[in-house]
Amino acid sequence: MRFPAELKYTKDHEWLKVEGKIATIGITDHAQSALGDIVYVDLPKVGRELKPHDTFGVVESIKAVSDLYSPTAGKVVEINSGLINDPALINRDPHAGAWMIKMELSGEATGLMDAAAYEAYVSTLK
Amino acid sequence: MAKRTALYDEHVRLGGRMIDFGGWDLPVQYTGLMEEHLACRNAAGLFDVSHMGEVHVEGPDAESFLNDLLTNNVSKVAIGQAQYSVMCQDDGGCVDDLIIYRRAQDKFLVVVNASNDDKDFAWMREVLSRKGYRCTLTHESANYSQIAIQGPKAAEILQALTKTDLSAIKTYWFAEGTVCGGIPAILARTGYTGEDGFELYVNWDKAPDVWRALLEAGKVSGIAPCGLGARDTLRLEMKYPLYGHEITDKIHPLDAGLGWVVKLDKPNEFVGKAALISAKEKGITRTLVGLRMLDRGIPRQGYAIHDAEGAERIGEVTSGTQSPSLKQAIAVAFIPKMLSAIGTKVTVDIRGAKVPAEIVATPFYKRS
Repeated sequence: MRFPAELKYTKDHEWLKVEGKIATIGITDHAQSALGDIVYVDLPKVGRELKPHDTFGVVESIKAVSDLYSPTAGKVVEINSGLINDPALINRDPHAGAWMIKMELSGEATGLMDAAAYEAYVSTLK
Repeated sequence: MAKRTALYDEHVRLGGRMIDFGGWDLPVQYTGLMEEHLACRNAAGLFDVSHMGEVHVEGPDAESFLNDLLTNNVSKVAIGQAQYSVMCQDDGGCVDDLIIYRRAQDKFLVVVNASNDDKDFAWMREVLSRKGYRCTLTHESANYSQIAIQGPKAAEILQALTKTDLSAIKTYWFAEGTVCGGIPAILARTGYTGEDGFELYVNWDKAPDVWRALLEAGKVSGIAPCGLGARDTLRLEMKYPLYGHEITDKIHPLDAGLGWVVKLDKPNEFVGKAALISAKEKGITRTLVGLRMLDRGIPRQGYAIHDAEGAERIGEVTSGTQSPSLKQAIAVAFIPKMLSAIGTKVTVDIRGAKVPAEIVATPFYKRS
């Protein structure tokens, strides 16, 4: 299981990479592993305004449906539309190639965990 | 705490992801559902199905008792033969679907679903008490482990571990012999995947020896241990019913497309017969169909089916998934019989979106 140090994490198993006002968001290695073979993903339209904990999409494995939650407030400025035709990329490269959305933050993203805290959190779930 | 099969340690050693299934701690997958599913279709899959329930029915009235209990005609089953059947309530609702194996003229093994095991045994005792049958019921679930080996290479792999001539066992027949140099086993050519293969019934404690030997013997052929996830997608590609989805105590077998195992013309007044005759006379109005999605989206149990325009709700999905063999989202659904013709267009309500689908012939997957 990988927990890249440069990312921030949520209890909903999303990761964020914040660069200035832009946050890139995806689901974690732990999340993709728990879901299994991912076969479907739905992403929001560019321009959608999200509040913290808003559902911004859905990811489905063969067995399970899982909502995607916005970790913070902001506006969707870009989506990774390549995932629609290759959702399995989320299994192969969850922390980089399979990023899901980019958001323009409307404030400071708060309540996030660093890699060590998230790893500790994941270890409590077993 | 969930119950463990005799193979629990094997599952953990193989990296199985354990989940609670009907009160049993079982692997949902090992390396990955897709890989396991395709291994079973293309080579062989190995399944721990020890959670299934087993009941011995023995005595001079065993046949007549089972004929009164079950919808299918037990008198047609020869010694060494198996039969799929349904056990109904008095109102025709399904208590369970099951397989009976006739081991002697007056001796049967009945295999039921794990989640219904105790309920089924209680129901069998209740029906037994209604008449003075000369037969005994013994709940044997704790004494049997069951291992299924399924797939085009299954017979070849198993043959290396038994002196029983497997080529002499036809589909839905079985032999009593030994495996792995002397472990007594029932070798049944039955399964739940649509592939050729066997279900092996052995003494509870012997399962690890048999499991390890099969994995070893099948290594060169590409055998894979398969979890519950693959078991579900394999059965769904065949449109085999699963209790709690296609059949429940609120659904009778004629609605669930199981009319072929309901013998209303057999002489026995079997449990549920009157209700099923009455349902048939009123007319069967709904049926289980296969659906193929025509646009993006995966149908799941409970999702509503609407007509092609998305105007009127006409039915409901009982099981749905992304088919690993077909690379296509599929579902089984109840819809009105009059709207069930192959090629009919419908929509599935997926999180509020009406996604087009069409009724297709089943099984979804056909063995090449």
